[in-house]
Amino acid sequence: MANKPIVDFEAIKNDLSNVSKPIQVLNENAEITDQEIFDTFSDDDLVEFMKKMVWERALHEQTMNFSRQGRMGFYAPTEGEEASEMGTVLAMKKQDYLLPAYRDVPQLIQHGATVTEAYLWSRGHVVGNKFKARSMMPQIIIGAAYVEAAGVGLGIKKNKEEDTIAFTYTGDGGTSQGDSYEGMNFAGAYQAPVLFIVQNNGFAISTPRVKQTAAPTLAQKAVAAGIPSVQVDGMDILACYAVAKAARDYMVAGNGPVLIETLTYRFGAHSSAGDDPKRYRTKEQEQPWFEKDPLIRLRKVLEDKGLWSEEQEDKLVDDYKASFKEAIKEADDVPADKVSDMLKRTFEIPTPEMKQEIDKFEAKESK
Amino acid sequence: MAKKTYIQAITDALDIVLEDDPKTLIFGEDVGKNGGVFRTTQGLQEKYGEDRVFDTPLAESGILGLATGLGLTGWRPIPEIQFMGFSFEAVDQIAGQLARMRFRFDGMKNAPVTIRTPYGGGTHTAEMHADNLENFFTGIPGLRVVMPSNPYDAKGLLISSVENNDPVLFMENLKLYRSMKDDIPDGKYSVPLDKANVVREGNDLTIVAYGAEVNEAIKVADTMAEKNISVEVIDLRTVSPIDTETIFKSIQKTHKVVIVQEAQKMAGVGAQVASAIAEGAILSLDAPVGRVAAPNSVYPFALGEDIWIPRAKEIEEKVNEILNY
Repeated sequence: MANKPIVDFEAIKNDLSNVSKPIQVLNENAEITDQEIFDTFSDDDLVEFMKKMVWERALHEQTMNFSRQGRMGFYAPTEGEEASEMGTVLAMKKQDYLLPAYRDVPQLIQHGATVTEAYLWSRGHVVGNKFKARSMMPQIIIGAAYVEAAGVGLGIKKNKEEDTIAFTYTGDGGTSQGDSYEGMNFAGAYQAPVLFIVQNNGFAISTPRVKQTAAPTLAQKAVAAGIPSVQVDGMDILACYAVAKAARDYMVAGNGPVLIETLTYRFGAHSSAGDDPKRYRTKEQEQPWFEKDPLIRLRKVLEDKGLWSEEQEDKLVDDYKASFKEAIKEADDVPADKVSDMLKRTFEIPTPEMKQEIDKFEAKESK
Repeated sequence: MAKKTYIQAITDALDIVLEDDPKTLIFGEDVGKNGGVFRTTQGLQEKYGEDRVFDTPLAESGILGLATGLGLTGWRPIPEIQFMGFSFEAVDQIAGQLARMRFRFDGMKNAPVTIRTPYGGGTHTAEMHADNLENFFTGIPGLRVVMPSNPYDAKGLLISSVENNDPVLFMENLKLYRSMKDDIPDGKYSVPLDKANVVREGNDLTIVAYGAEVNEAIKVADTMAEKNISVEVIDLRTVSPIDTETIFKSIQKTHKVVIVQEAQKMAGVGAQVASAIAEGAILSLDAPVGRVAAPNSVYPFALGEDIWIPRAKEIEEKVNEILNY
């Protein structure tokens, strides 16, 4: 008698790969793949999106220059991720609470920090964290922002803040952290308004996405926590914006969290501190992604509409870069930190021993 | 005024801070309807509602991440870690996040979070339920660590901890939970977070202790008193910061000191006290610093606790050794 299996695990496993195509509005050949969504954007909107991506690309290029000149501290390059980063952050409102990771500095600036503050954060100066934006400083511990975002979301809900959400970013590697699951699970359990954005750029430093998990998509990681999730073409700013806005609208209507996985690519190194992508990627692997450059496809649409020109873009880039040079000058002028101040900011009320240490350092510092 | 156990004193303090400040929140595993596995939060959900006192999913990093986030949005969280051994799951949120929040933002943001957690041996629990982890947590700048030795202090120190804007790790001694009762004043009072308490005055030797060992030290002081030896007992109350001034003042009078802790000897609170004395008051001593601490082994399983944890007998031996030096 042939054994009939009680359950067909292989079929269940294969079924996990049955996922919808990533949401897209504009493909890499600048063809509109979703006319209805495309038509929701005015010409001004399209120009604005392009300007933001040009701004982020210029910020990256200028920051890399500063980095080569030894004028930056830790910097995580963003080239290639402009659609994912700008598309999602532009769908947010100022009252929303941002919990960024270290590659999300452009979003932090869009959300209200100054470029000078961003440079000071990179260098490791406390003044870089004293931004006006409703945001945490960029998180270094991967996953920590996810559990904190659950708390911020619950706080927003308990405060009965209208039209407000928490939004947080991690990468493909970040979804392997236990904290990522705990954060999603807590937000789901409390139906807290938290938008989890996974910027899947294919690599956690050198470890490719396929080695992080057997899950066919990272969006699926939300399923177990009871959270709706979706994959988006992360090189298409129109799709990134439209999906992030839809997620936000859904949440502010009183619903719980959402997860968005943006499929994007880091064109350059993991960080400016010596990472060399040639050690783990081939040109053949990189080339198709370079062709998906988010600026190329939107630029073509705008040029076809007569809304954009090379001269216009060059002028913008020059203006942006000039402003970044001003910003770093301002950063240069910020006085150095003091040990006495480090002690003072550790506790609200310094302990008696710390008071003695503060006195000791203040005496030295006044010399 | 009423006789209350350590647990009841803590419940009393939680009731007061929930009543006083509408921004306080209590959450953790089983703290809601069940009132906590030790009934420390008994009746509080019923009284203040599920918005203020609520259960969490079973994940310690999630619990403290929730606390960090709620703190950032204006709340005053009082999360519970069900047993201190489970706090290892949440070390990034405690050491990497909460303790650094004020520093990171130069005081623009605080982390007014009081983490309550039971610890301490002698009740023969399962592994990872009893460990004295203060040695580990006092090494974290930006975190206050409070270890009350009796019900009166537990209530007053907990109220101070919650009202303080710095993150506090509030360690509740399991052995003391139900084994002692104090007269507890009704209503609000506070005990300061940076002041040690001279619980017994004496002239011949100083014992510095904290947590459950304070009560052991008092027993030794009583025994020594029968032999006309007068022992001063200092209860640190908070192990970060440590009130060295009170210690120095005492040993300038007694010239002898024995430092007692329930935790392993290496790199911890007793070592810090000894180091402070060596730096600041060594010339007041006429005998070596005496130390009583647990052996530097891994924390024992339940049946090993009684032979491992130092109690009155070991303290008395060390006191005699130092007195006869």
